[in-house]
Amino acid sequence: MMRDAEKTPNSDREPQGPYPPSEAMLAEQVEPRVTAEGAAQLRAAWKTPQGVKYLTAVNNSEVGLWYALTCFFFMMAAGVLALLMRVQLAFPGNDFLSADRFNQFFTMHGSAMMFLFAVPMFEAMAILLLPAFLGARDMPFPRLSAFGYWCFLIGGVFVFGSVLFDAAPSSGWFMYPPLATQSEGVGSDIWLLGLSFIEVASIAAAVELIVGVLKCRPPGMRINLMPLYGWYVLVVGGMILFAFPPLIAGDFLFELERSFNWPFFDPERGGNPLLWQHLFWIFGHPEVYIIFLPSIAIAAMIVPTVANRPIVGYSWIVLSAVGTGFLSFGLWVHHMFTTGLPSLSLGFFSAASESVVIPTGIQLFAFLATLMVGRLTLSVPMLFIAGALAIFVFGGLTGIMLALVPFDWQVHDSYFIVAHLHYTLFGGMVFPVLAGVYYFYPFLRKKMLSERIGKWVFWLIFIGFNVTFLPMHLSGLRGMPRRVFTYPDEPGLNLLNLISTVGAFIIAIGFLLFAWDLLRPRRKHPLAPLNPWNAGTLEWSNDVPAEAWGSRSIPYVTSRYPLWDQTKLVERMHAGRYYLPDAPEHKRETLITTVLDARPIQCMRVTGPAWITLAAAGFTGGAFIFPTFHVYWPAIVCAAFAIVCILYWLWTSTAPIPPKEMRDVGLGLKLPIYAAGPASAGWWGVWITMLGDTTAFASLVFGYFFYWTASADYPPADAVHANGPLIFTASLVLLCSWALTVAAREVNRRGRVAMARVLLIAAPLCAVGGIAALIASVLVAGLDPVSHVYPATVWAFMVWACVHMGAGIIMQLYCLARSLAGRMTPTHDADLWNVTLYWHFMALTAAVTGLVIGLFPRMM
Amino acid sequence: MRAAVVAALLPWLSACSAPSYLGEFTEGVTALFDLGDVMRPAGREAEQIAQLAWVLFIGAAILWLLVMALFVYITKQNPRPLSRRWAEALIIGGGGIFPVIVLGILLVWTLPLMPAQRMPGDGLTIRVTGKQWWWKVEYLDANGDEANTVVSANEIRLPKGRRTEIVLAADRVIHSFWIPALAGKTDMIPGQTTRMALEPTKTGTFRGVCAEFCGESHALMAFDAVVLEEPAFKAWLAAEREPADAPRTAAERRGAEVFLTQGCGACHAVRGTPAQAQIGPDLTHFGSRLTLGAGSFDNRSAERQSWVAHAAAMKPGARMPAYASLSDEDLAALDRYLEGLK
Repeated sequence: MMRDAEKTPNSDREPQGPYPPSEAMLAEQVEPRVTAEGAAQLRAAWKTPQGVKYLTAVNNSEVGLWYALTCFFFMMAAGVLALLMRVQLAFPGNDFLSADRFNQFFTMHGSAMMFLFAVPMFEAMAILLLPAFLGARDMPFPRLSAFGYWCFLIGGVFVFGSVLFDAAPSSGWFMYPPLATQSEGVGSDIWLLGLSFIEVASIAAAVELIVGVLKCRPPGMRINLMPLYGWYVLVVGGMILFAFPPLIAGDFLFELERSFNWPFFDPERGGNPLLWQHLFWIFGHPEVYIIFLPSIAIAAMIVPTVANRPIVGYSWIVLSAVGTGFLSFGLWVHHMFTTGLPSLSLGFFSAASESVVIPTGIQLFAFLATLMVGRLTLSVPMLFIAGALAIFVFGGLTGIMLALVPFDWQVHDSYFIVAHLHYTLFGGMVFPVLAGVYYFYPFLRKKMLSERIGKWVFWLIFIGFNVTFLPMHLSGLRGMPRRVFTYPDEPGLNLLNLISTVGAFIIAIGFLLFAWDLLRPRRKHPLAPLNPWNAGTLEWSNDVPAEAWGSRSIPYVTSRYPLWDQTKLVERMHAGRYYLPDAPEHKRETLITTVLDARPIQCMRVTGPAWITLAAAGFTGGAFIFPTFHVYWPAIVCAAFAIVCILYWLWTSTAPIPPKEMRDVGLGLKLPIYAAGPASAGWWGVWITMLGDTTAFASLVFGYFFYWTASADYPPADAVHANGPLIFTASLVLLCSWALTVAAREVNRRGRVAMARVLLIAAPLCAVGGIAALIASVLVAGLDPVSHVYPATVWAFMVWACVHMGAGIIMQLYCLARSLAGRMTPTHDADLWNVTLYWHFMALTAAVTGLVIGLFPRMM
Repeated sequence: MRAAVVAALLPWLSACSAPSYLGEFTEGVTALFDLGDVMRPAGREAEQIAQLAWVLFIGAAILWLLVMALFVYITKQNPRPLSRRWAEALIIGGGGIFPVIVLGILLVWTLPLMPAQRMPGDGLTIRVTGKQWWWKVEYLDANGDEANTVVSANEIRLPKGRRTEIVLAADRVIHSFWIPALAGKTDMIPGQTTRMALEPTKTGTFRGVCAEFCGESHALMAFDAVVLEEPAFKAWLAAEREPADAPRTAAERRGAEVFLTQGCGACHAVRGTPAQAQIGPDLTHFGSRLTLGAGSFDNRSAERQSWVAHAAAMKPGARMPAYASLSDEDLAALDRYLEGLK
């Protein structure tokens, strides 16, 4: 099935030559001269830009490193906020921090740890490591990685910087309305727009990681041979894709209320503050597992190495990871147990919350079983894994308690929760990530971190952590609520808080020591050996000293632990005996393989260094940041420039028509350089992006029906509806635009280029007509979005659809321009395939919009 | 300004802790072994939950120790390698079968607890409305006559052994109503009403707090829950229903005059006087309350005067304006008047 889907639409671009390679072919010797020549070509192709131009780098090893260091910086900064809060709470009635500043600090501590550290840290590590696990040269869309990083940096500095100007959000990282919608100042807007901007970057990274796992594996690495890390990246990427969009939809509604007074969460005009809580936690709970699973993934790489044995229960772990991903979307209500929902639904969500123990337990016991099957060599990374186990199991056990509704009613929103969540996050994220840093440091920098300092770091953080957070369970049981800048003067509470403060400083010392060991210059230290831990996976085949190309040649893999099982693999990789050992045209290339059985089908040219990604990120940042201060014209100008930059970037670098169709990738195999449709990585990227986008749209639909079920007068009996005939026309004309786009692709494929161009002129005209009719349907009926939540939702649907159709028009015109410029032809039509795919989703959006705002209210 | 207030309060603050830091420390250490209101319940709901909590805490401690013991055994003893078969059995048994049994038992136990915890009250109904940052408390008439509602603030009195229905509402933002010694918490949401019931089993004074972050002074939004024997409660409610006592002494009379001339009645009500506004807490029987500023300060002369002079300095963001311009005599007279509102 997958084989057929991934066939190139153009049949003369089939792979040619023998595959898989035979042992005899691999055993053949290569002349040293050829190897050296190939290495020189690769070195030239993958050269990292020097000087100021270093900022234009897009290679995963550079972008991943920037990403990881930036996350580390934000983590330390958010940690400083925590220390300052602990100083304030050291004594009752302290006035070290004012109430407002304390509220800004805890809001920013939570928001930064979640959005500027935990999630991007996963993406940073995945971007850094994934290509190496897969023996790939780079991520499939390097410029997208760089764009995502710059967006993250700009957004992160903007959001975090607000703390320095006393203008930070102060309504908690959960931003519950009406408190957050009513709060004065720009704090809430900074949170909403700044973090939405970062969420967009997160989704971009998720799309790229999913495509990387599915399409960039080395030949022979069937999906069941993939390192477990790859599976976790796939699951977490998918979760980001479905979890972030509800929050983005929520942000969209929230900011419309903040900026234009559309009353989505205002009970006086029919709104409902609980809608935000649902949307936020439909994001917020999977978020916990988005943070936890990648860290488990690190453990899944370290444990087999330490045990010197393959992981036990590979399939069980994969199933559990996928199961956790699914279950995590059915638990969100356990953050809302105290909102007075009916006992029946609480019971369901209580049971669902408990059920997540099972996949988590299976993963933990699989690690223990692997350790028991093998022979251990203890090391610093293993020490951190042990600490993670102790802390995470503790947090998991309190989690089991919290999922029981009556117990939760008592301790919900108390310091017991603060303790619980830090136990799960330190055990499930911080310690595994520290283990990962110690484990992968020799892979990244080709030097070792100090073992002696590592042990000190471990014990300082481990002891400090327990001294800080263990007493918080008791503070909670004594009735101390969360998010308080002070507490009553009671002997027990005073001492508990003082102990917590002392512990926080012990943690801080541990992290300072870690930062020093991590960042100090190591020029005089000896190089680490090639595979210092004697691991079995491909990343340890990379050259020492480092080379920018990643894998010297891309191997043919037949085992889960190729370095253990394929004895001559490393030697042959370094001799350039495998695929893509050279770069005759000095272009950056990587292999694209099929999704399930990893047959090579394309030699993809990936993009290289560019300033345009930086410019695009800068302007996109402007488009999000200006509205924070309610200045809209500069924002619109920035958005326009951002679109121009992105179009220029796509125009110059995506799907160029190669002078030669086929590339000899070695071992007698010839692969096409160009691919369109399901055979290309870009098509998969669009498909995955649109799944996320459609999830956001589905969240709007969820909102509409939430109002309908939650209140008796939605839509109100005397409500004005959007004009029926106009809505009907709009949906119909937009569907026509979709049909014309599809027709253009088909006609173009058959070689009738002129006809295709005519269709590509008609399609955007239809779309413009559809947008006009949609806007008219709302305006003609005279719906006032400020008056009540019902007209506001209709407007929100209209705005959402119009913005998406507008983007669709730009894409249609882009294809027309590509065709006219000769960059898109009947045989090279990747652009049109991708745009048609986008329009499939627009057809769905148009139809659903018509049904929900046109037909549904009339049937009521 | 803030520092000045703190300086004013410091003498009595330090008076509590002056004797010896060591003394306070030992007191603190002793208090560490007291697990707090949740585990020392004084209400039916809280008792059920505390019972559950003991089982959970002990069970969790045993499980944690078992996992750690297994891990230490693996790493330190370096046992003979396990066969793959047994390893898989460990995964399925430890990660699958065992949790299913334990969680099944826990759910069968706790799911029926929910309806029990949410049983309706058996007579008295109290409506509590969360405001930024105080509590409006209304004792509703048994016959539903709104005119007979007894309005109070920042303190809740309950009869022991009866099940009192609590109706919860919120003014502008979300709050959450929590008396750890009596029961779990329930959110107060603008535009909706939620409910719970409290059935105290012991008399005494228990601290209640707002558990949902509600803005700048969320930390200073607390109250006292006073549980009385039923006859005492009835007597108290009858007294609470009465209008305020007329001022008796000259100082109190002057205070009453200051109260009216300074416009206190624009926000506060003192029943039986022209002050009838419902924007701030009802002060009819303010003198009998244990605390000031929504459970945050002792209801004593120094704190009362400081509060009137600059409320927002004691409680950041409080809407009550500062009356710093009042002369010391007026302030003292006002304080006498407020104290006399028993």
